[in-house]
Amino acid sequence: MANQKDLPPDHDHWLVRPANIRLLWGVLIGALAVMVLAEFVWHPHPHFALDSAFGFGALYGLLCGVALIVVTKTFAVLVKRKDTYYD
Amino acid sequence: MTDVIAIQPGLLLILAGLALPLLGAQMRTVTIVLVPLVALALVWTIPDGPVWTFKWLGYELVPLAGDKLSRMFATVFSIMASIGGIYALNQKRVLELASAFVYAGSAISVVFAGDLITVFIFWEVMAIASTLIIMSNGESARGAALRYAAIHFFGGVVLMAGIAGQIASTGSVAFSPMHTDTVFRWLILAGFVINTGAPPLHPWLPDAYPKASWSGTVFLSAFTTKTAVYTLIRGFPGADVLIWIGLFMIFYGLIYALNENDTRRKLAYSIINQVGFMVCATGIGNEMALNGAAAHAFVHILYKAVLLMTAGSVLYATGITRFTRLGGLFRTMPVSTICCIIAALAISATPWTSGFPAKSLMSAGAAEAHMELVWFLLTGAAAGVLIVAIKLPWFIFFQKDSGLRPPEAPLSMRVAMIAGSAMCIGFGVFPGALYAMLPVSTDYNPYTGGHVVSQMQILLAATVVFFAFLGLLKRTETISLDLDWFWRKFGSLLASEFDVRSGLAWQGFASNVNQSVQRIVRTLYRHYGPQGMMARTWPTGLMAFWTTVILAAVLILSYV
Repeated sequence: MANQKDLPPDHDHWLVRPANIRLLWGVLIGALAVMVLAEFVWHPHPHFALDSAFGFGALYGLLCGVALIVVTKTFAVLVKRKDTYYD
Repeated sequence: MTDVIAIQPGLLLILAGLALPLLGAQMRTVTIVLVPLVALALVWTIPDGPVWTFKWLGYELVPLAGDKLSRMFATVFSIMASIGGIYALNQKRVLELASAFVYAGSAISVVFAGDLITVFIFWEVMAIASTLIIMSNGESARGAALRYAAIHFFGGVVLMAGIAGQIASTGSVAFSPMHTDTVFRWLILAGFVINTGAPPLHPWLPDAYPKASWSGTVFLSAFTTKTAVYTLIRGFPGADVLIWIGLFMIFYGLIYALNENDTRRKLAYSIINQVGFMVCATGIGNEMALNGAAAHAFVHILYKAVLLMTAGSVLYATGITRFTRLGGLFRTMPVSTICCIIAALAISATPWTSGFPAKSLMSAGAAEAHMELVWFLLTGAAAGVLIVAIKLPWFIFFQKDSGLRPPEAPLSMRVAMIAGSAMCIGFGVFPGALYAMLPVSTDYNPYTGGHVVSQMQILLAATVVFFAFLGLLKRTETISLDLDWFWRKFGSLLASEFDVRSGLAWQGFASNVNQSVQRIVRTLYRHYGPQGMMARTWPTGLMAFWTTVILAAVLILSYV
């Protein structure tokens, strides 16, 4: 990885400035909130009982996302090797 | 023969592929650009029902037969040959391009085949052509190419055994929907399923695909697994076992893709994940789900190609495929960055991209069949797909400033990526164009307010999870061992272990034999050697003595 002073002048792109990253976080959380509130306007059409709960998509998305990462990291402990393993 | 004059588009591509090495550079470019477009036009001239039929060894072969399902797959295969060809115009290895055209042509020939023998022939041509694509990348790809070939030829043997049994037991070579009620049909199913990348033989896919060149992997990603999905839709719709195989592939692919540090190996695992959706939907088997499997295969070929093309551009420009060594490339590779993001949104089934109308059909199919568990697993997997999908653009183009400032991909590669991305958006905004090609007509509308809202909730929530857990997702220079460990490591360990033991055993055996032989030789020598008893000259008296003894014995015995 290059040193801070070796980096070309465009390394401080507007997209990577901390203030803008905080802003992007705000936009992301805001968008999720808007989509949950949008259920008052557009009712999702549930197929089963569980998915008729308010904000089901958001909760289920969070839950499945976290579950995937936890399972993956646990599984990785067993199967991870240096990438020169087969060489 | 019927009176319709139809040209089988697959054969055209195969002939073009065989001719490519003989052409000059300019003619080659013209061929690569034009022939797939001609093939695409020809696909839509193939009418419904058998077109070419002839008798061979008493069997009614139908090498060319059309219907909506065949034309849908042949359409996307032709589009892919075109985009992949344009992307690969800078590829200097003619063998790769020639093999790619033969490969694409034989995939089209499989989907237009009306009988099992024709399916099998082009199935094997695909295996050979795709092996050559991998092999053409030189010495570093040879081992993986051989492992790839071994598994595909094994799959071919399984398929052939099934087909032979099926023909012998039914007397028909027709390729039509089958129940899994005889061992031969199970063998045919197994032969097809091996090519979808289903465990336990799946490592052919993540092992071999990343070893091909920057352009070769783009071709590889499109045809083998999706031709297998086509044969499942055609041959085994509604086979329950496919639901569970598919679900296993979905989550297996997700976990391995998330752990992976190689850009293209990550995408290879993501293919297993995506094909899992199609296999599962084929198993659900109602019209909605089968439409979904076909639509998903169609759009998946396009967005996965774009993802592999952007990863290929980065490889082309930097020679790097490890996430740990990339980052911050959006500064100098804006076209690749934007195309990669579009394709990542499409694979995540974001509304107004091509993945959304396709995956919605599959979920609706599961709901229609009242398969609650399957529906919840498919819906949950959508969150996982998004997390895995953002990984590619994030770790290549953003993440950190790696200090790399590679040039943007050359024009031909940019054209191919932009064309692919345009279709990712086009089929999302105008799902009617996609739905018009479906095997069964549908008036399904994915864009109801409620459906878009719940899908956006899942995707945004998963995005929050991705960035919140970014620390945990940071890449390391590692690989995750997969089942190919058994034949890449365990097999050779076993062989070397066996080598030592068997060597010792052989030595013991040989020295035993040696000692016995020597003992016999010594004994013989003692008796027959120059000093041996048998070598002595015997006096005549001795002879007279023994003759007397024997005669006396005979005399005595005659009185007894």
